[in-house]
Amino acid sequence: MSRRLFRAGVLFAALGLLAGACASEDDSGDGDSSDSGDGELICQVTDTGGVDDRSFNQTANNGLVRAESELGVEGRVLESSSEADFEPNIKAFVDAGCDLIIPVGFLLDAATQSSAQENPDQDYAIVDVDFFDSDAEEDISYDNVKELTFGTDEAAFLAGYAAAGATQTGKVGTYGGINIPTVTIFMDGFLAGVQKYNEDTGENVELAGWDGSDGLFTGDFDDQDKGKQTTKSLIDEGADIIMPVAGPVGLGSVAALDESGDDNLGLVWVDVDGCVSVPDACKYFLTSVEKKMDNAVYDTIKNVVDGSFSGGLYTGTLDNDGVAIADFQEWDSKVPDDVKDKIDEYKSAIIDGSQSVEPT
Amino acid sequence: MIDEDSPGMNPGLAEAASGEFPGETENGNGRTPRWRKFLRSLKVPALAIFSALFLGGILIILTDTDVLWAWARFFNDPMRALTRSWEAVWDAYSALFAGAFGSLSAWSETLLRATPLILAGLAVAFAFKASLFNIGANGQMILGAIFSAYVGFTFDVTGWILVPLALAGGVLGGFLWGGIAGVLKATTGAHEVITTIMLNFIAAFLLAYFLTTDTFLPSGSANPISKNMLEQARLHRFIGGERVDIGIFVAIAAVVLVWWVLEKSTLGFQVKAVGLSPDAAKYSGMKVALIIALTLAAAGGLAGLAGATVVLGATGVLTGGVIGNLGFDAIAVALLGRSNPWGVLAAAILFGGLNAGAVNMQAETQIPVDIVIVIQALIILFVAAPGLVRAIYRIKKVDTEEAQSFTSSWGSS
Repeated sequence: MSRRLFRAGVLFAALGLLAGACASEDDSGDGDSSDSGDGELICQVTDTGGVDDRSFNQTANNGLVRAESELGVEGRVLESSSEADFEPNIKAFVDAGCDLIIPVGFLLDAATQSSAQENPDQDYAIVDVDFFDSDAEEDISYDNVKELTFGTDEAAFLAGYAAAGATQTGKVGTYGGINIPTVTIFMDGFLAGVQKYNEDTGENVELAGWDGSDGLFTGDFDDQDKGKQTTKSLIDEGADIIMPVAGPVGLGSVAALDESGDDNLGLVWVDVDGCVSVPDACKYFLTSVEKKMDNAVYDTIKNVVDGSFSGGLYTGTLDNDGVAIADFQEWDSKVPDDVKDKIDEYKSAIIDGSQSVEPT
Repeated sequence: MIDEDSPGMNPGLAEAASGEFPGETENGNGRTPRWRKFLRSLKVPALAIFSALFLGGILIILTDTDVLWAWARFFNDPMRALTRSWEAVWDAYSALFAGAFGSLSAWSETLLRATPLILAGLAVAFAFKASLFNIGANGQMILGAIFSAYVGFTFDVTGWILVPLALAGGVLGGFLWGGIAGVLKATTGAHEVITTIMLNFIAAFLLAYFLTTDTFLPSGSANPISKNMLEQARLHRFIGGERVDIGIFVAIAAVVLVWWVLEKSTLGFQVKAVGLSPDAAKYSGMKVALIIALTLAAAGGLAGLAGATVVLGATGVLTGGVIGNLGFDAIAVALLGRSNPWGVLAAAILFGGLNAGAVNMQAETQIPVDIVIVIQALIILFVAAPGLVRAIYRIKKVDTEEAQSFTSSWGSS
């Protein structure tokens, strides 16, 4: 009895799989319900964070979603569950005839370069990567790859200046997810802004969590509890305005402020406008350092649609609105007017190149 | 999972008596033929896989808005709901299967992904034989990856010699890392479950640290991606244009080696004896502490080799996430393979196939890769709880003796 059932089960499973394999050839076309017809096919490959990471994969995807509705392109996403998936995912999109492939994140650097070399007629736009040949120690670029990078330190400088102007305790803080350049560039700009404020006013506002080369990092971009603990320790140290640069881990900072119940504590959000992405916590946000990956992705897709795509480096700056700081919103009254004037002044100075955003 | 009707059967005993089914040999006609025993041993894993695929199919239906829409209009058009459901699952699994085993390049991807799972699965299985639960394969793989990567991008010697050197570096890294847990267990009795888990964290942060040092990073870059492996350190890709490399042969050789050690060598006998009863082993003159330490170190060496095949093969660089969760998948592989080296080989190829097929399934049907992780988890759930499979398919108890006692022996030491 049991053996018969067992055999039936195995037979069924085997037949099902075999039949599936045979049917896959003629049948695969109508399985895809998202086919919208004539629009360009735009394909995003995420890194291991996945498309709903509340961070850069998601922001990049927002640009794609917007292009779907406004430009009529067809968007597709492949998520990578491990680093072994990068190459086959990009290859799958090359085979699928995508008009533009958008790999997101520095981890896809090598896989994108090798695919771009093999397929010179395929267009790519890689987010957060500026290709660099470390053997020859020189910058490299490809005609078919747009490198979308962001000078987030420019906007972070302004946020650091604002935070130094708004702090009550004379101490501000920051922490990151992992010590990588795309994270620490925020912290560098923030530090430079605080230093500039001190230079202008003769005060001595301190920044906890980043000294220009090393600082506080939670170790990943997932664990919100670590974000909460880190924020609490920064508060205990006396910092009252804190900038988490750790994607969703920053929500741990929101939780820490919720628990503290102290109205004088504030946060600087990063990547997107915090008052839009975490509206419940808007009261905490002094400002946000916006890294407009969605706009850059959207503009690149637009270039593909109107035929003006070109490879090479794009850097989002204050000048081209690729980075920005958000309005002060509920913190507006806590930022002195002369600080606001200075911020406008430095914004122009950064744009015309007369103000450096490097920490000293 | 207490087996109440196999009196006198030590849980570990049935496990170590690889292939012997207590109870089956008691029938009057003498011993059951080998092939029949083999087929029976496949019963629970096969049904577990089938059940997991079935539940995965339900998940696919539940996450497909088109299909749900058809179900919402079930009473208008019942056939449509059923056919749409069937089509959704069919499309998904046929794409999964095609991406895993449907072509030469699918096999290439499957074997590429199976390679580290085979080796790390052996690392877990080998420790199981001594009743040691090695949860540290992930950390041991990381150490193996670090050591072999260092060899692979540092020593610019020509010829084929760098590949075995770098692989040996991987073995050494894992051997040391596993050895730490082994020595702690042997000398202080610190439980290997605790120590290996903690060593995983240390290994992960050690890797993160190394990826900030100039020794590992290429000049001019601060991204945590190591220097490229030298070309002559890379594992040879023996099918033009496909990613599978000679690592798979290293893995198969390791399967044979582990099988030989366990079944044919004195060391293997001692490992199993210690697993069954440390006290008895001690009384018969075995150096139990030494064998425990050696077993964990050797398991670590296998896992280290697994880590080496990843950085010298598929990726060619060392990154923070290069090992990912492979070391934990390896526990699943060892479970599914019932700690038998050949079972591990088969289970790893299945898991490798699921991972490779998931890429194709996602590309063709846009079903998230996560579904495959769920299926893998369900397989393990069913394998680890054979009572569940038995209840669902009404199988008589005797057939599943081995798997049952296998899982119940965890943590006993």
